[in-house]
Amino acid sequence: MIVLLVLIPALAGAVAFFIGSDPLRRGLLVSSAVVQFALSVVTWMVPPAPALGGWLAEDALGRLFLTLTSLLFLASSFYAVAYLREERDQSHSDVEEGFLFSNAREASFTGCLLLFLAAMTLVTLSQHLALLWVAVEATTLASAPLIYFHRHHRSLEATWKYLLICSVGIALALLGIFFLAVASSSPGTAAVSLVLKDLLSEAPHLNPLWLKAAFVLMLVGYGTKMGLAPFHTWLPDAHSEAPSVASALLSGALLNCAFLGILRIHQICLASGLADFSERLLLVLGLLSMAVAAVFITGQTDYKRMLAYSSVEHMGILAVGVGLGGAGMFGAMLHVINHSLTKVMLFMVAGNLLAVYHTKTTKNVTGALQVLPVSGLLWVLGFLAITGSPPFGPFLSEFTILKAALDQSRFFVAIAYLVLLAIILAGMATPVLGMAQGTPDKDVVVPAGRSVALTAVPATLGGAILLMGIYVPAFLTRTIQEAARLLGQR
Amino acid sequence: MSQFENAILVFLVLTGFMLLASSRLVACIRAVAIQGILLGLLAIAAQDGKLSIVGVLLPLTSAAVKGFLLPWLLIRAMRDADTVREIEPLIGYNLSVIIGAIALGVSLWLGERLPLPKQPASFLLVPAAFFTCLVGLVLLVTRSKAITQVLGYLTLENGVYAFGAAVALDMPILVELGILLDVFVGVFVMGIAIFHISRQFDHIDTDRPVTLSDRVR
Repeated sequence: MIVLLVLIPALAGAVAFFIGSDPLRRGLLVSSAVVQFALSVVTWMVPPAPALGGWLAEDALGRLFLTLTSLLFLASSFYAVAYLREERDQSHSDVEEGFLFSNAREASFTGCLLLFLAAMTLVTLSQHLALLWVAVEATTLASAPLIYFHRHHRSLEATWKYLLICSVGIALALLGIFFLAVASSSPGTAAVSLVLKDLLSEAPHLNPLWLKAAFVLMLVGYGTKMGLAPFHTWLPDAHSEAPSVASALLSGALLNCAFLGILRIHQICLASGLADFSERLLLVLGLLSMAVAAVFITGQTDYKRMLAYSSVEHMGILAVGVGLGGAGMFGAMLHVINHSLTKVMLFMVAGNLLAVYHTKTTKNVTGALQVLPVSGLLWVLGFLAITGSPPFGPFLSEFTILKAALDQSRFFVAIAYLVLLAIILAGMATPVLGMAQGTPDKDVVVPAGRSVALTAVPATLGGAILLMGIYVPAFLTRTIQEAARLLGQR
Repeated sequence: MSQFENAILVFLVLTGFMLLASSRLVACIRAVAIQGILLGLLAIAAQDGKLSIVGVLLPLTSAAVKGFLLPWLLIRAMRDADTVREIEPLIGYNLSVIIGAIALGVSLWLGERLPLPKQPASFLLVPAAFFTCLVGLVLLVTRSKAITQVLGYLTLENGVYAFGAAVALDMPILVELGILLDVFVGVFVMGIAIFHISRQFDHIDTDRPVTLSDRVR
């Protein structure tokens, strides 16, 4: 079953490249997303047997990330079909500079989407650290063509930055994996395999010097991919230039996968008694990411870039949560879910705004509430949610992390965390509210016959975020607790 | 065997300097190709005579990919993009070589600081691998062409691989193949991107497209 989870999207992706008929290919996209999601739900009831000699297995952490990825992909696939239908005509004029450009073939886009899902699924299920690396690098390669869907120079520049910066980062992570292998081979004992279970049981005997070096390299490597400052430089470009559905997946699903890579090595550090070292590093990078995001969100003139920096902020929050440990770990796991749901919804709404207003510049968008009542409303609610206002999900998880900091009497962390959150709230409030309110320009017209899915999908996600703020289902709490226990929470 | 390994490692360091000092793109591509072949030899030599079929085939595949296939792809990309064959670095060649010398010093010091728990075949191993990684990073930062950045990435990857090959990890075949495939596809995708960049901008200098950036306001 585990193998099927990876194989179905991989095969569907390979096939999608060669399907000429639009309805058939779109049907394939949605149906494989549905099947994959259904399978990942089944794993909650029937724990799947490990495959490939224990290299592929599903623990609580993997289950959480896998289901989230599948769910977001399912939502995005519905949105993507509607989006691709709107995008079908051959040439478009650029929203910023007005030149004409064409899109990449829709078949390649769909194929890459599905391969991207396969690679992300493999990340969540890998128990072998080198296999995890292979999968993370595969996500980069599968998603690069997604960013270059609109064939013009800005998206190309963004793709290049993404490819190169992430590949270099990931190469460093590979060096980290080799270091880990060295750390596990001491004179006199047989070398330990790179399977997580073996490493965890051998953890107390790992060479601390090499393990520390391995952690730093893997933190830098996967941190690049996750968008932690100061390695985040590819992120705003890629997220702002990619088509909205790809931005949504990059931000909501891909960053989590890279985060999972960091969590795996963190798990090993915890087991070998290096918790202080790894937690301190995570805490520092986390606060730094929040600070960088706060600086660049304030005064940001492009609303998609603003969302991208907000992703940097939230990755920082996750790192802070994990760095605090204890209850912070629970908060971080919960926040992974909340952030992804909210961010995917926001990027989808941003896509709707972009399609109607033909601009990414914040100040040229006014009166969204009048022009697009549903999207406009979701935009405001999404802003409230992402900045941590009650009663939405992110409030709960951000509060849990804050509480963890206060419980451990780390007042500096708590104060810095609160101040940065407040700056970001203020920085986002002005542009978002300005976009929603006011009177729209006369020449802004909503194209007739826009698909219902374009608003229905983000609205459903919005409902989920609200639900997560009011009531976290018991089965979810149980799994999150189990995942947090894997990461050392007693 | 150790003599042989030492020789390979010395050659590896020399190709690193060649990359830093050379002004011709073709020469740089060749230097990276030589590195790829050297690494294949190193991986075979590091097995201490306990040769298995897989243990020979895998390094040979990797040498073939890195020594012939990727350079061929890059030279094609260079021809298609019709780029200037000069490197045009952001800093001078002399300075590049001096940075290289400093990098070598740092690598030797790091090699001293991080002793391998199991005595490796050669004391040069860790420094040579680090040095190759550092050369890759220097190339990435100081060279402006897209194609030289790909070379920088490949050099970095070679350094990482040198480390992995020489500590003779028993990496499962599947994983090694996966890594090889990732590197290959990565360079392939980058090659396609270079082609598009050259069509889009009439040049492949990555220091020139500067539309996307954020300034603190």
